Amino acid sequence: MSVVTNTTTIGAIDAPSRRNTELGLMAFAIGISVFAYANVGLAIDGELPSGMLGYGLGLILLGGVAHLVVRKFAPYADPLLLPLATLLNGLGLVLIWRLDQSERLIALAKNAYGVFTPSAPRQLLYSAVGVALFAAVLFALKDHRILQRYTYISMVAALVLLILPMFFPGKFGAKIWITIAGFSIQPGEFAKIIIAIFFAGYLMVKRDALALASRRFMGMYLPRGRDLGPILVIWALSILILVFETDLGTSLLFFGLFVIMLYVATERTSWIVFGLLMSAAGAVGVATFEPHVQSRVNAWMDPFACYSTDPSGACEQISNAIMSFGSGGTLGTGWGQGHSDLIGFAANADFILSTVGEELGLAGMMAVLLIYGLIVERGVRTALAARDPFGKLLAIGLSGAFAIQVFVVAGGVMGLIPLTGMTMPFLAAGGSSVIANWALIGILIRISDTARRPAPAPAPSSDAEMTQVVRP
Amino acid sequence: MNKPLRRIAIFCGVLILALLVRTNYLQYVRADELNTRDENRRVRIERYAHERGNIIVDGNPVTSSVETKGSDFKYKRAWKNGPMWAPVTGYSSQAFDASQLESLEDGILTGNDDQLFFDRTLSMFTGEKKQGGNVVTTLNAAAQKAAFQGLGDKKGAVAALDPQTGAILALASTPSYDPSTFAGNSNSDTKAWQKLLKDKDKPMLNRALRETYPPGSTFKVVTAAAALENGLYTDIDGKTDSPLPWQLPQSSDNLANEGNIPCENASLKEALRMSCNTVFGKISDDLGNQKMIDEANKFGFNKEIFTPVRADASIYPKDNRPQNAMAGIGQASNRATPLQMAMVAAAVANDGKLMQPYMVAERQAPNLDVIYTHEKEQLSQPLSGENAQKLQQMMETVVKSGTGTNALIDGVTVGGKTGTAQHGLNNSEKPYAWFISYAKTASGSPVAVAVVVEDSQANRDDVSGGGLAAPIARDVMKAVIDNK
Repeated sequence: MSVVTNTTTIGAIDAPSRRNTELGLMAFAIGISVFAYANVGLAIDGELPSGMLGYGLGLILLGGVAHLVVRKFAPYADPLLLPLATLLNGLGLVLIWRLDQSERLIALAKNAYGVFTPSAPRQLLYSAVGVALFAAVLFALKDHRILQRYTYISMVAALVLLILPMFFPGKFGAKIWITIAGFSIQPGEFAKIIIAIFFAGYLMVKRDALALASRRFMGMYLPRGRDLGPILVIWALSILILVFETDLGTSLLFFGLFVIMLYVATERTSWIVFGLLMSAAGAVGVATFEPHVQSRVNAWMDPFACYSTDPSGACEQISNAIMSFGSGGTLGTGWGQGHSDLIGFAANADFILSTVGEELGLAGMMAVLLIYGLIVERGVRTALAARDPFGKLLAIGLSGAFAIQVFVVAGGVMGLIPLTGMTMPFLAAGGSSVIANWALIGILIRISDTARRPAPAPAPSSDAEMTQVVRP
Repeated sequence: MNKPLRRIAIFCGVLILALLVRTNYLQYVRADELNTRDENRRVRIERYAHERGNIIVDGNPVTSSVETKGSDFKYKRAWKNGPMWAPVTGYSSQAFDASQLESLEDGILTGNDDQLFFDRTLSMFTGEKKQGGNVVTTLNAAAQKAAFQGLGDKKGAVAALDPQTGAILALASTPSYDPSTFAGNSNSDTKAWQKLLKDKDKPMLNRALRETYPPGSTFKVVTAAAALENGLYTDIDGKTDSPLPWQLPQSSDNLANEGNIPCENASLKEALRMSCNTVFGKISDDLGNQKMIDEANKFGFNKEIFTPVRADASIYPKDNRPQNAMAGIGQASNRATPLQMAMVAAAVANDGKLMQPYMVAERQAPNLDVIYTHEKEQLSQPLSGENAQKLQQMMETVVKSGTGTNALIDGVTVGGKTGTAQHGLNNSEKPYAWFISYAKTASGSPVAVAVVVEDSQANRDDVSGGGLAAPIARDVMKAVIDNK
C-alpha cells in the first residue's frame, strides 16, 4: 500500500474534475422527481399538484446548494454520488407525498391518533437538514484523516447513542427512538457512521498486529486478545444493546460492518468464516428467545399460511407487501394508481419499497435497486482509490453498511429474508435516516475528493537545470 | 488492501443481484398468482372500481350501480324491484361475493372477460372510462310480475318457459330478498346478510331452480307419456286395464284415489282428467322401474341443468316395485324442481321436442356490440309428435272439464295438470300444491309454466293444486300472451 499504487481507472494525475457532469446529472435527477410529482398529481386529482412548485423549487434549491458546496469544497469528488442521492431523495419525497394523499392511510391515522399529519413537508424539511449536514461535513472536514483523531471519542459517542433509546418509551415493538420536544430521532442511523469511524481508526492502527501476531488454532489464525479484545467488546456491547432494544436490523448491520472491516483490514479469510458462524449462531439464538422475532420468521416462511391467524399482524403485513409487488407486475400501475397503502401502518417508512414495486413495477424496482447498487459501487471505488488505509477502511465500511442496509430492508420487504425494521436510505420517511445518510454521502464524497485530487506537481528540482544538455 | 476490497465489492454486488433476482421472481414469475389471490383486496377494489354492466329484461336494466362514499369500493350494485328479480340476477355484494347471473357473468359485467379484450384495448387508447358489458336475459317482465304477485306472501316458486325455444320467461321464488340491502360492506349490510342467513324461511333459496319437491300428480303427465311411448296404451280414449281397488305390488296396501272417483278401467284421458292414482300407479308398475327412469331422463330428470345458473337435478329414483309405482304418481322418492316440471309441460306443448332452457339471450360489449347470442338447442325428444298431440288433448281436457278449470283463459287453448304432493311422514305436513300448464295459439305454444305453492291450506287433492297454483299459472300465461 503506497501512494503510487494505481490500480484504479481513476488516474492519479490530472484527473478531470467532472463537476459539469455532476451538474448535468443533478438537473436530470431533479427533472425526473419534478416530473414524477406532476405524474402523481395528474393520476390522483387529474390536475398538476398545487405543491409541485414548492417541492420543485425546494429540490432545485437543495440540489443546487449541494452541488455548489461540492464544487467549492470537494472539486475532485466522484460525480455520481451526489446526483444518485438526490434522485433517491427526490423520488422518496414523491412517494411519501403520494402516500399522504391516500384516503385509507388518512382514515387509519385518524382512527389511531385522532389527527393526520402529512409526512412529505416534514420529509422536505429533514432533507434540507440532511443537505445542510452534508454541506457542513464538506466544509468542516477538509481532510477525512482528521477523523482518525476521534477514534475513541467515536466509540463513546456510538455507545451513548445506542444506549439512550433505552430511557425512552418504545414504539411499534422496538425501542430505537429518542423523543425530544416532539421530534424523534433514531440514533442507530447515526451510530452506524460513528462506529464505522471507530472501527476504521482502531483497525488502521492495529491491523498489522491483528494480521501477523496471531496464533494458529484449529487451522485458523487467531489474533492476540490484547489486539482484538477492545474492538470485540465494543462490538458485542452494541449488538447486545440492539438486541435488548429489539432493533434487529441495525444489529445485523453492525455485525456485517464489523466483519467486513475486519476482513479488509487483516486480509484474513478466516474472519469471514468466523463471521458467518457467529451470525448463524446469533440468529438461531435470537430467534429462539425473542417472540417478536419468531413471528417475523413465521411470516417469512409462508406469509399466506398465517395471513389471518397471526395475532402480531406480521404475516398480514408481509403478505400485503408481497402482493403489492405482484400486483405491480412488469410495468407497474403507474404513480398514484396502486393500492400499496393496503399495508397500512409503515407504508411510507419501512415498506416504501412496496409502493415503488406496485406503482413503478419491475422496471422501476430494477432501476431503484441499481441506483442503490451504483451508490455502493461508487463507494467501493472510492475505497479502492483512497490512498490511505483509514480512508479505505472508512469508505468500505460506509458503503458496505449501506449495501447491507439496502439488502436487509429490501430483502425483508420482498420476503427474501425475515423482516427486520429498518429504513430504505433516502426513500423512506424518517428524519434520522435522511439526515444520517446525507452525512454518509458527504463523508464518501470527501474521501473520493481526496482520492481523486491530482497529486501536487513535483517541486522544481534545482538539479534538473544542471544536468540539462544545452546545445548551442 | 485492495484484494479484500474487490471481494467485498463482489459481495455487495451479490447482495444487489439477489434483490434483483427476487424482484423479478415476485413481479414477473409470481405476478399472476399474487394478483389473483383471495387475500388480495385489489381484486375486489378493482371489481367495484367501475360501474358494473347491467342485467337487462325486456330492454330495461333491472340493475344499476350506485356510487359509495367512505369505502375503497367506489360503486355498489343496486337492483330495481330486488325481491322480484333476485331469483334471476342473484346478488353481488362488496362483502359477501356474488351468486347466480351476477357471479357467472361477472367477466362480462365487470368488463374483464377475455371476449372484451379488444374493446378494453381500444378504450385504453381512446381514454374512455372502463365499463362493463350487459347481459340481456330472456325474461318477460310482465310474466315475472304476474308470477311474483301471484305467489304473494305464500311460499313457493314459478318457472315459465317458451316451449319452442327454451327461453325462460319467468323465474320467481317467494319469500324473496332484496339483494340491495347487503350490496355494500358496512355494518348494516352485514346485519341484513346475517338476518337473511338466519331466516327460517330461507329467502335466499332459489326455489324455482334449487329446491326439489315431490311433483305429485303433475308427474302423471310423464307417466302417461311413458305409457304412450312404450306402447302400453295407444288409444287415449280406450279402456285401460286398471282394477279398483288396486293393490300395490309386494304389499297388502291398496293405492287409494283422492275421493270417490270412477277410475276402474278409466281411459287415459279420463284418468288424467280426474287424476286417478290407481291407473297411473299401475302403468308405472307395468312398465317397470327402468322404462320409467328412461322416460323421466328424456324429460331432463337425474341431471343438473345449467341455464347458465345451475338448477338442481330432479330425481326419478332407481327403486323397488311398490316404490316405483308410488314414484309413477309423483310420490315416494320422486323429486322435481319447478323448472323441471315446466320443461315437462313445455316438451308436451312443443310436440314432443324438449328445448334446452336458457335465460341469457345476449351478451353485449360496453359499446352495446353483441358478442354472444344464444342459439336455441334441442335437448331431447321425450315423445313423438303424435303422442305429444294425444297428451295435449288429455291435458287440455284437464283444464276444460277436469281439476284445472281455474287456468282457463278466454280464446286460448290451455293444457294443464294439477298436483298435490303429500309431504312429511304419513302426510303429516302441509301438502304442496302444484300446477303445470301450457297455452297454445295458432302459431304454437308461447308459454309453459310450472307453479308450486308450499303451504296449501286445503286438503283435498287436485282441488288445492287447481285452486292455489292454477290461477297463478293462468296469470303468467295471460301476461305472456298479452305481451306478444
